Amino acid sequence: MSWRAQGMRAWLLQRLTAVYLLWYGIFFGFYISQSPVHGFESWRALFIHPVSNIATAVFFYSLLYHAWVGIRDILIDYVPLAYLRFFLWIAMTFGLSILAVWVSMILFSVVSL
Amino acid sequence: MITKQKRPKFLNLMRIHLPVTGLNSFAHRISGALLFLAIPIFIYDFNLSIKDVASFNSLLADFNSLPYKLLFTVLAWAIGHHLLAGIRFLLHEIEIGASLKASIIISWAVNISGVIIFLLVAGRIWL
Repeated sequence: MSWRAQGMRAWLLQRLTAVYLLWYGIFFGFYISQSPVHGFESWRALFIHPVSNIATAVFFYSLLYHAWVGIRDILIDYVPLAYLRFFLWIAMTFGLSILAVWVSMILFSVVSL
Repeated sequence: MITKQKRPKFLNLMRIHLPVTGLNSFAHRISGALLFLAIPIFIYDFNLSIKDVASFNSLLADFNSLPYKLLFTVLAWAIGHHLLAGIRFLLHEIEIGASLKASIIISWAVNISGVIIFLLVAGRIWL
């Protein structure tokens, strides 16, 4: 397996992240239905505890990685021009990395130990 | 002698008779691309929602605006279809519902469910 998410690793991680996103969504939906959110404070409170904060961070990282593999597949299939494909791939990787850093900062700003 | 077979090449999408399983798969890509485009908005709004009370309240108010209503309507289909088709592919890979007959039935079910989810959400938003 190479350092890039080629072949088997990307294939496997795309599926593992999909499963995590699904379970997070189910758990989140269930939790919200059991203890409904009333306004800002109770919404923000969901992400304050380190466990839910980290679980949410992993949700976002999974989402970004999952999207990264998916868009990469689309680029490989529909952009025949190698230079353009490479440029778009770099742009997408850069954009998603920025989002990963951003979401880390957002979540880190609310976590409380 | 080997002759190169002249096979028809249909670039006109209307002339390609995509089987229902193919439509299911193609729609999974379209919905995935749509969801990808929504990620920055999603994170931006997530930030607003947990930043402070004022941003939280103004975000909730914005959700009633036309652009957000359109966005939610489109994303309702995208999430519904992407999720269900994604589950179908995961199960398919562990040989559940992988026969041709089962694939066709499940594909129909998923495609229609996506549209039903879309209609339900659209109805709630617009009616």
